Amino acid sequence: MDLRFTPEEIAFRNDVRGFFRAALPPEIRRKMVEGRHLGKQDIVRWQRILNDKGWAVPHWPVEWGGTGWSSTQQYVFQEEMQQAPAPQPLPFGVNMVGPVIIAFGSEAQKHHYLPRIRGIEDWWCQGFSEPGSGSDLASLKTSAKRVGDHYIVNGQKTWTTLAQHADMIFCLVRTDPAVKKQEGISFLLIDMKSPGVTVRPIVTMDGSAEVNEVFFDEVKVPVANLVGEENKGWDYAKYLLGHERTGIARVGVSKERIRRLKELAALEPAGGGARMIDDMRFREKITAVEIELKALEMTQLRVVSAERHGRSKKPDPASSILKIKGSEIQQAISELLMDVVGPYALPYQPDLDGSNEPPIGPDYAGPLAPTYFNWRKISIYGGSNEIQRNIISKAILGL
Amino acid sequence: MDFDLTEEQRLLQESVGKLIADEYDFEKRKAYAKEPAGYSAERWTHYAELGLLGLPFSERLGGSGGTPVETMIVMEAFGRGLVLEPYLATVILAGGLLRLAGSPAQQQQLIPEIAAGKLRLAFAYAERQSRYDLTDIAMTARAAGGSYVLSGQKGVVLHGDSADRLIVSARTAGGQRDAEGVSLFLVDPGAEGVSIQGYPTVDGLRAAEIGFRDVKLGPDALIGTKDQALPAISRAIDGAIAAVAAEAVGAMTAMHELTVEYLKTRKQFGVAIGSFQALQHRAVDMLVALEQARSMAYLATMMAESEDNAERRRMISAAKVQVGRSARFVGQQAIQLHGGIGMTAEYKAGHYFKRVSMIDTLFGDADHHLAIVARGGGLIDPI
Repeated sequence: MDLRFTPEEIAFRNDVRGFFRAALPPEIRRKMVEGRHLGKQDIVRWQRILNDKGWAVPHWPVEWGGTGWSSTQQYVFQEEMQQAPAPQPLPFGVNMVGPVIIAFGSEAQKHHYLPRIRGIEDWWCQGFSEPGSGSDLASLKTSAKRVGDHYIVNGQKTWTTLAQHADMIFCLVRTDPAVKKQEGISFLLIDMKSPGVTVRPIVTMDGSAEVNEVFFDEVKVPVANLVGEENKGWDYAKYLLGHERTGIARVGVSKERIRRLKELAALEPAGGGARMIDDMRFREKITAVEIELKALEMTQLRVVSAERHGRSKKPDPASSILKIKGSEIQQAISELLMDVVGPYALPYQPDLDGSNEPPIGPDYAGPLAPTYFNWRKISIYGGSNEIQRNIISKAILGL
Repeated sequence: MDFDLTEEQRLLQESVGKLIADEYDFEKRKAYAKEPAGYSAERWTHYAELGLLGLPFSERLGGSGGTPVETMIVMEAFGRGLVLEPYLATVILAGGLLRLAGSPAQQQQLIPEIAAGKLRLAFAYAERQSRYDLTDIAMTARAAGGSYVLSGQKGVVLHGDSADRLIVSARTAGGQRDAEGVSLFLVDPGAEGVSIQGYPTVDGLRAAEIGFRDVKLGPDALIGTKDQALPAISRAIDGAIAAVAAEAVGAMTAMHELTVEYLKTRKQFGVAIGSFQALQHRAVDMLVALEQARSMAYLATMMAESEDNAERRRMISAAKVQVGRSARFVGQQAIQLHGGIGMTAEYKAGHYFKRVSMIDTLFGDADHHLAIVARGGGLIDPI
């Protein structure tokens, strides 16, 4: 057992950190620090900077643009990116559909889509959830009927993140309604410009519109857009959801947010001439989260260390808690970030970018309450924390 | 960066695991507790034969030069067995002080005896008013010629009633709460003026309240440098925190296994109660708390002998917070999920619960260490 990183790993960390410092456009960094919304152009711009450097998809196989880094290097890269803080690459391409196409896609699909994912020439979104199929995803109803060399798709997807910018959507669709629900699902790639696709925004309680409903009305999809075999889509979906196990803890994001929290606590008046950072009760609240985060970081390092010996088939109890604990910690931090500004959490100030209006209260206060409300999503998306508990209970505890 | 055990460490883990499985089942433990010292003399000798009592000491002193990782392995297994013997008091605490502060002559004289199982020690440092503050020492050691005269009271001295020798902290200079002026002394518990009131602790181990009334000590009783003992005490306590963190993880692991097994076998309403989602989720939350504690016990182990005092202190404190909080949660839920049977003295779960609860009170509880980390500015520094 040794917590120290090797000199090579430390040099690697310095390289990565140096690159992020130099290459991350200051205006994007500022939006990240202040917790403001990123536009499509911000995310595309950053992804292309990474792609030019050859770091767009470090975890992919080298032949498709991966870097061949060790699990430790991947971890360091991700942590440094989160702490920069740089935008996370759009996950729907690089972490979701990309790995599925690499594992199960046709040669033609690989050659066409993978390079375009690396530089976000296609903006991907994810068509899994439906109005009647949330946690019980396999009950999904959107249908795809084969007619000649096309599928005809009808139905509705929902909670589709950033579909308003999307060129492509990967969908779970029902191709066989007669069999057990998991066995009649296929994985289909659909062009968002196809006739019959309609996107309607859903405004969430924080006032943002990052999720959407997507409707499919007699949409024609070439059979060539089927991934792998018909009716095997559920297996591919499980592969996708299990693919990225350590990134979901978002330890680097939480570290960066705690630094921000401490900075703001040092600025914010606490009454009686003191600052919030002088309030021992508030400090202990921050510290309690820091300790949980340190424990999670160590748990994540245990998973990274185990992965150096190849990924085991048995689920690692340490990896299974990353999602639950990681989301709880992020939400706890978002709560403290709202609390730290006290009454100046109140003014509702939708994005001030491009506006000449002066901010109400301190200029950092505006996004804090909306982010608190927005981040409730973290324990819901990607399989709610209750579903995660079901999975652990079954797969690890054998209950 | 890795969490792998070496081949030798894996062998140690296997052999200590087997030792506990073979020699420390619940019935045997009950019998050991009835012996005069409150633990098994035979097991103590056996630990010596297996080399466990010399584990952290250098080979030149009859030990095997183990790192904190070896100590962690042993303590985790001891946690699983709810071991009663004074390993923490003798090997970790007093042994730690001798390693850190003892003169070569004292080390040469005492450590081989510890390793051989012939010398049991206890560390008397806490006082009624000090709670968890290591600097708050009212006990005095007055210099008289080249000798010292010890006066004062020490409380909750772990295994203080069965120790062959005591290591006692006392003030040789300065005011009651000064960091400077603290010294350590080796004291014969049979010396005139020493009064020992031994008692069982809630977790089935033993401790003592010890009074010192004008106890005369020779010049060679002083351990380490006069007035400068506090850094060694602090480091020895940090090592002990890492050790009890591992012990708590062992106990929590066993408690969690016991609970999951019970959920699978106990039937109500015609089905195993583990089929109920409310109980499944509780068992998962116990696992989360346990794994978070395990991660911090690893961190404490790897920091236990760090020369960077500030960094070591805050990481050890952070680990103690996590272990204390996890232990409370895992213990309470283990009893709750067992229902009535969990309440009984006959059943093992309650004994694990009591031990991990008492571990939280040792060397500073979760609140105490949370305040330390918070006052120090937390854990995450600016980049």
